[in-house]
Amino acid sequence: MTIGIGGWGARRKPMSLVREICRSSLKDLTLVSYGGPDIGLLSSCKKIKKLIFGFVSLDLIPLDSHFRNARQSGELPEVMEIDEGMLQWGLRAAGMNLPFLPTRVGIGTDVLKNNPHIKFVESPYDDKEKLVAMPAIKLDVALLHVNESDEKGNTLIFGPDPFFDDLFARAASNTFVSTEKLVHSTCFDKEKVANYNRFERNLVSGIIPDEGGAHPTACNPSYGIDLDHLKEYSKSAKTFDQYQEKYLSVDEATYKKNVGGIKSITSIPLTKF
Amino acid sequence: MTDQFTISEVCICEAAKVWKNDGEILATGIGLLPRIAVGLAKKFHNPDLMMTDGEAFLIDQPHPLGVGAEPSVDGYMTYSRVFDVLWSGARHAMVTPTQIDKYAHLNISSIGNYAQPKVQLLGVRGFPGNSISHRNSIFIPNHSKKVFVEGSVDMVSSVGFDADGVEPLIGKVITNLGIFDYQGKKNTLRLLSIHSTSSLDEIRDNTGFEFEIFSTDETTNPTKDELDIIRIELDPNNLRSSVIGE
Repeated sequence: MTIGIGGWGARRKPMSLVREICRSSLKDLTLVSYGGPDIGLLSSCKKIKKLIFGFVSLDLIPLDSHFRNARQSGELPEVMEIDEGMLQWGLRAAGMNLPFLPTRVGIGTDVLKNNPHIKFVESPYDDKEKLVAMPAIKLDVALLHVNESDEKGNTLIFGPDPFFDDLFARAASNTFVSTEKLVHSTCFDKEKVANYNRFERNLVSGIIPDEGGAHPTACNPSYGIDLDHLKEYSKSAKTFDQYQEKYLSVDEATYKKNVGGIKSITSIPLTKF
Repeated sequence: MTDQFTISEVCICEAAKVWKNDGEILATGIGLLPRIAVGLAKKFHNPDLMMTDGEAFLIDQPHPLGVGAEPSVDGYMTYSRVFDVLWSGARHAMVTPTQIDKYAHLNISSIGNYAQPKVQLLGVRGFPGNSISHRNSIFIPNHSKKVFVEGSVDMVSSVGFDADGVEPLIGKVITNLGIFDYQGKKNTLRLLSIHSTSSLDEIRDNTGFEFEIFSTDETTNPTKDELDIIRIELDPNNLRSSVIGE
């Protein structure tokens, strides 16, 4: 199964859904992500068969120790490491029902050497330019986290950057969205819908109300990155049992309690970059 | 460290100059020193530069590091939009790769065997696209043979001068020892100046491949005006002092 995870680095990741995958019997997953602690956690829980990515970073902590551990110990040999723009192109192609989108990105780099399945295409016009045919990245499921949603799957993202969540939703057969707040769409005002509704409800298969669901990543404007938690998480790469016991062997309600409760999550100051 | 200024400050002042004649483009400094350098470039050399707050907005003036000041926003620059800009070429970034070689290949992906790396780094991020789309300058805080490698970098994350049909646009290479570009014969690395605290021998001993010498002059000293902007306006808490061990 191929799962795409929205957000970016340590920002607006659907972390409670990621933790549920950690708790589940799912395995041998192909993951697609602008990677953050989602990828680190799933690596340490040995859920990943193949990773399609451009980077894995915790933002304020540049590298993710769990992901590094998995790669350096040989537990995650199968990666499709591509330019972030190629990742965008692959998702976009899938959403547009195209087999590929052309680009120059990747030429002259080991991205193409390490991914021999990525082929070239020649421009049919007079320029005859040889271009990279970035293949569509089709997802079985996309997981996203938003600020508000109604029961029908109309979602609003208030954070300053919607990232590539819309492309994930379009590339996926099914999209499941966790939301800080479940509201009636009659509460949406027109201006908010115009600016913050990034994709259509027909793309959304399921909504999970979950305040604090992005923790320990940021969900602006409600809360910032929990740097203390990310430090604890980073240290746990080689002694994962303890972290697992405290945060993953328990249900989400207990997780929230163990990180200090929902009030302490929503009082984490917004991160300055 | 000299009496009047540090090597970090010399590097920031030299780094800022790379954007001097760029006109109205997006300047991106990745990492602390390059970020201060963009701020100095905007204030001292090229007020037309566009710069981001590191999140999603363009800001009119650089805000001081670590102070938490609210920047004055004058535009919007989401990650998606960054790609639209960079593919058009209207950007000049300054980056810090873990490895660089004689062809100007950069590596930020991994060290060692690719299937099981000795050291897993960030991943290629946007380097492949950046390197064929716009100019990139390079800042290296720890000039050594581990960075300026003999032979090829372990994972070629950006296009180099050996590629067929495409070539990178490299601005300056600024290190803790000296200033370089890649405009020697056949695009070899070329020494432009040496910092007062270093020497040609030290640079040779710490570079894993041959380079050309254009000049062995001492790198230009920062002016009082430049230093005032760095020390008072851009980095009042002296975060820059942690980047280069001096």
